[in-house]
Amino acid sequence: MQKTEQVQYNRAGQRVVSPEYMLFEAPRTKHFMTGSEVVKEAVKRSSVDASVSYPITPQSEAAHMIGELWVEGYVGVYFRGESEFGVMSEIAGCAMAGARTITTTSGPGTLRAMENFPMWAGSRLPIQLVLMARGINSPLSIQPDNLEVSFLLDTGCMIWHAETAQELFDMIIAGFVVAEQPDVHVPIVTVVDGFFISHTREAVMLPPDDIALPPYNPYKAPMPPIDMEMSPGRFLRDPYVMKSNYISYATHASWQFEVRAAIERSRPYAKHLLRGLIEEFGDPEGDLVFVASGTAAAQAKEATQILIHEEGVKARVVRLKTLRPFPTQELIQAVQGAKYIFVPEFNVVGWLEREVRRALYGHVDIPVIGSPRVAGGMTMPPEFIVKEILQFLGKEVKHVV
Amino acid sequence: MAKLGPSGYSPYPVAVYENLLNPPPGKAVMFNEIVDEEVAMREAAKAMLTRDNPTIFPGPQVLYAWNDEAKEKARLVRKMAEVLGAKIIPMYDYRPKYPKIDPEKEINPNHPNLTIWHNNIKACIFIGVHCHYANVALKIIRAETDCFTIAMCGMAGHEDAMITLRDQHTEEIEKFIRIAEEVKRDLGK
Repeated sequence: MQKTEQVQYNRAGQRVVSPEYMLFEAPRTKHFMTGSEVVKEAVKRSSVDASVSYPITPQSEAAHMIGELWVEGYVGVYFRGESEFGVMSEIAGCAMAGARTITTTSGPGTLRAMENFPMWAGSRLPIQLVLMARGINSPLSIQPDNLEVSFLLDTGCMIWHAETAQELFDMIIAGFVVAEQPDVHVPIVTVVDGFFISHTREAVMLPPDDIALPPYNPYKAPMPPIDMEMSPGRFLRDPYVMKSNYISYATHASWQFEVRAAIERSRPYAKHLLRGLIEEFGDPEGDLVFVASGTAAAQAKEATQILIHEEGVKARVVRLKTLRPFPTQELIQAVQGAKYIFVPEFNVVGWLEREVRRALYGHVDIPVIGSPRVAGGMTMPPEFIVKEILQFLGKEVKHVV
Repeated sequence: MAKLGPSGYSPYPVAVYENLLNPPPGKAVMFNEIVDEEVAMREAAKAMLTRDNPTIFPGPQVLYAWNDEAKEKARLVRKMAEVLGAKIIPMYDYRPKYPKIDPEKEINPNHPNLTIWHNNIKACIFIGVHCHYANVALKIIRAETDCFTIAMCGMAGHEDAMITLRDQHTEEIEKFIRIAEEVKRDLGK
């Protein structure tokens, strides 16, 4: 007798499929889209229950288009918050009620909302934040610069950094799945470099839009969804938790370590759905290695091609897809045989250089060079990277920028 | 889990930092080793049958009649306690109690060490406790006590317990009770 297959549909009438089918097996067609448009396409296929928005460049368009999905019936609840702080608090309320949630922000909005991110993590809310990074300095800048990522690194959220619009699409979908695992269940920040990804068009391969992820099941959450019924959370009313005594310190220590442990537990799930936590590109025997994430990795790949094919320099790129969890073991393995490690970045402090140094310390003895580094909205053309490398190696510079 | 506690609080004990993750489906973690579920069940039963004041800490997922599975699990927890000769101290919910909790009669995940100290508990089973609270409590117990912790989890497990069993539903709990009966006979109890 033939087995009957039960087909499930979500509220929008989309057929529910497994994450593996959505990400690896469903036929895909080619589209020409901006990163903002890609956010809409990913949300459309993710059975999202709630989204809260607030305008701030460069993420406003993505937030606007999630609103269109609400009009079209793909998103259950959508409204505008009073400010970024309001948005991040309200989206937390939606998640506490058991909803699959997503929101977006950029630059100063991220900092205004900052207090909420560790609160999300400590409350074990699997909220997804799409961060389209932009400058956060004064004088005010709306230009691309990812300094804000360094502020988020220790909030207790998972942080993934997409290189392209295509990867942003796949990461948003995978992000829900990983963040909602019962033993993970912490927020996920999917980062792209603003403007470079949000505002430029590229070819993306999309699965059909009549399929979607299975709905979120809040009954598998590691905390009961109603646990926050007494604002700001019933656990905060416990005299043993909120007093200044050793018992409360132990609670807080365990709680904070547990949030970090949850991020570590995401490794196998992320590895599976992202096809590894790192990507290696270029000459596998290259002794000059760029370690980079996001748009800096894309530029480093272009530079690597020039170095290999036009300058005869054996180079390669180790691209980090996840920053939290940080792919320490993968990185240590990948840089074996390198003579120099360059870390190109779009920010003034070199937060990735710091991360790389920390991960490699005591494991490999290779100079880590925090260069090239641009900030404040500057671009980083591949020729600029090539020039820097050739100068470092004492070679003749033919590519003038 | 590297060793039986107390393991101190600086650095705070966290099994994932010792490169220990939850077991894959069908397996269990015993201290820092991945083993077959049955091997772990046998050792868990032995710990409960041989250490002082064994206690089961049932959580809201088996204390409240959410569904038929919860009711059946509650019945099995009672049977498990009989077989193991264990006391039951419930974790009713995670709410603060006023004026304060009586840790001898009730366990709270934010200060489980009080209950263990008061009752001198040397082996315990967590069952039906929501994962976050089980993890918070298990880390504190590791840091502060020498209690042998066993986690029977309906989800992916708890690597901070000395023995963690994952995907524990009625069938698996029945299996554990059968194994516990065998171990009890073997020990001549």
